[in-house]
Amino acid sequence: MAKTLYDKLWDAHLVAARDDGSALIYIDRHIVHEVTSPQAFEGLRMAGRQPWRVDSILATPDHNVPTTSKERASGVEGIEDQVSKIQVKTLDDNCDSFGITEFKINDQRQGIVHVVGPESGACLPGMTVVCGDSHTATNGALGALAHGIGTSEVEHVMATQCLVAKKMKNMLVRVDGELGEGVTPKDVVLAIIAKIGTAGGTGYAIEFGGQVFRDMSMEGRMTVCNMAIEGGARAGMVAVDDTTINYVKGRPFAPAAEYWEQAVAQWREFVSDDDAIFDALITLDGAEIKPQVSWGTSPEMVVSIDDSIPDPTAEPDSVKRSGMVRALEYMGLQAGQKIIDIAVDRVFIGSCTNSRIEDMRAVAAVVKGRQKAASVKEAIVVPGSGLVKAQAEAEGLDQIFIAAGLEWREPGCSMCLAMNADKLGAGEHCASTSNRNFEGRQGYGGRTHLVSPAMAAAASIAGHFVDVRTF
Amino acid sequence: MKAFTQHTGIAAPMDRANVDTDMIIPKQFLKSIKRSGFGKNLFDELRYLDEGQPDQSCEGRPLNNEFPLNFTRYQQASILLARENFGCGSSREHAPWALDDYGFRCVIAPSFADIFYNNCFKNGLLPIVLPAEQVDQLFVAMYASEGYQLTVDLEHQTVTTPHSEVFSFTLDDFRRECLLKGLDDIGLTLECADDIHAYERKRQEQTPWLFGAIS
Repeated sequence: MAKTLYDKLWDAHLVAARDDGSALIYIDRHIVHEVTSPQAFEGLRMAGRQPWRVDSILATPDHNVPTTSKERASGVEGIEDQVSKIQVKTLDDNCDSFGITEFKINDQRQGIVHVVGPESGACLPGMTVVCGDSHTATNGALGALAHGIGTSEVEHVMATQCLVAKKMKNMLVRVDGELGEGVTPKDVVLAIIAKIGTAGGTGYAIEFGGQVFRDMSMEGRMTVCNMAIEGGARAGMVAVDDTTINYVKGRPFAPAAEYWEQAVAQWREFVSDDDAIFDALITLDGAEIKPQVSWGTSPEMVVSIDDSIPDPTAEPDSVKRSGMVRALEYMGLQAGQKIIDIAVDRVFIGSCTNSRIEDMRAVAAVVKGRQKAASVKEAIVVPGSGLVKAQAEAEGLDQIFIAAGLEWREPGCSMCLAMNADKLGAGEHCASTSNRNFEGRQGYGGRTHLVSPAMAAAASIAGHFVDVRTF
Repeated sequence: MKAFTQHTGIAAPMDRANVDTDMIIPKQFLKSIKRSGFGKNLFDELRYLDEGQPDQSCEGRPLNNEFPLNFTRYQQASILLARENFGCGSSREHAPWALDDYGFRCVIAPSFADIFYNNCFKNGLLPIVLPAEQVDQLFVAMYASEGYQLTVDLEHQTVTTPHSEVFSFTLDDFRRECLLKGLDDIGLTLECADDIHAYERKRQEQTPWLFGAIS
């Protein structure tokens, strides 16, 4: 029978199936960070258990780490927030005592888990990848089955190398055609979420297919798969092709030369069969997608840059309508207001969605030779890993940012969720390349607008949202 | 794990769609390395008028008197009535920990986000999916009657109102069994250790590059 990419990944990892439809799925790679792991390690200890396969686990601290070079200079000990410091230290201690490989705070390979996984070659095509973090779907860009799990499951995977799972349904999101100039993978995924809604993918694994994804770089595919969860789907993925294989080649943890050809031959199988059946199909025309900006407090509250803020009174569904009214109140915006008239107080470029080298280059291309608007209090550029940082500096991008008045920081999750010192003040509007615009997400009372790196960069210069295509 | 069989308790409203896990438990409280103590910060940004900090006592913090959980009539609530897509957003298990620690045993909604739904079962918290019209009906009845109590029976998969109306719900047999008996997931999986070893040997033959690569 014809199979989808997801079917193939599922079948290849099936350890045991139960009569009720649940199954034990083998996990190849387990990525660990400091926030969702301490209670799992504690659980292992209390039960007297050891990790099943230590060599399947890779850890790095990312959520709590400071991003200023001053605070980073003395490593863990230099973290000023004492509660954050304890959490990062706890990860170090747990990894040391269980013998788990960890890229510690000032290791150049440290970074955001979902940047580090693919970059290091720890996450590969055909794998199952889990992490106690909902943006784990990022790794699906490699043609892997990757999704977030809770802390109890972190402990379960450590103890058993397996996850108890139920097979999801298959959804194909096909975007055909070609993207216009200045339209990026971030705009594509925001447009998809606007179309299917934040619960549209609930219960599904999404495969992103069509010409737009075939033409897209690996980093772009990661941006798209990263936000599968904002469309409700735990897992997003893209079929393996030459782009995938060329990306993986030469990564530190990629298969050694003696296994390379064998690995590539297997990976090529991780594509949906031509006649595979999907339970749901969503199609978009790539040529019609414009730069996107979120206006509300849910990632589905998104419009194009040349649009205005929608009017709740036109919404027939009462629960949705009250959500829109509440969102406008929280955001301090009015129905009918033009997106280009929204002034920006801060700009955040970073997060597991958009902190890779291509994102850095896109920002540099926009801000080069320009100056940050005086009305923008702060514009920070936070690379996704120490290696992204080094690459950007080798290309001189840091100097372009600094000359334009942007701040160049150390790698971490930073203002995406504001667990460290990087946060919005109450009422501040932020052009952010992150993935969630929930109330308070980037700081108490903060107002997030999700955009692409190029759009965030343009907003930092203009002081309000602008169409980067004509900027 | 804590078992869940039957529970009767007061219902309280969380009357908005897409309640995300940042709303259930804001990020600053995720810095804790413990599993307990999150209840006082459940819905922190809605419950209080100031910004909460980790390791801070909540006594004396200004309460938002417009937030239902602060109403006297809902003080003893243990069943949360909610709307579509409850628990969307991050995978933080701190969300069910906070609901449980506050005293909720059950959340009833028309739909839940996948990861949150899954996390609930690991903590003896029962998420119940009922059709939107029935949830709506429960909201109306709850608002109309102070001290409105529901009885949830997991064995028979029913929710019973004070007027003896009975709503049935479904869930996976495996999850139901685990919750009814309070079974330890890990212990259960380890009973299949032979299967796991067998799979692993085969995997190692087929994909040798996945083993030992990062240690």
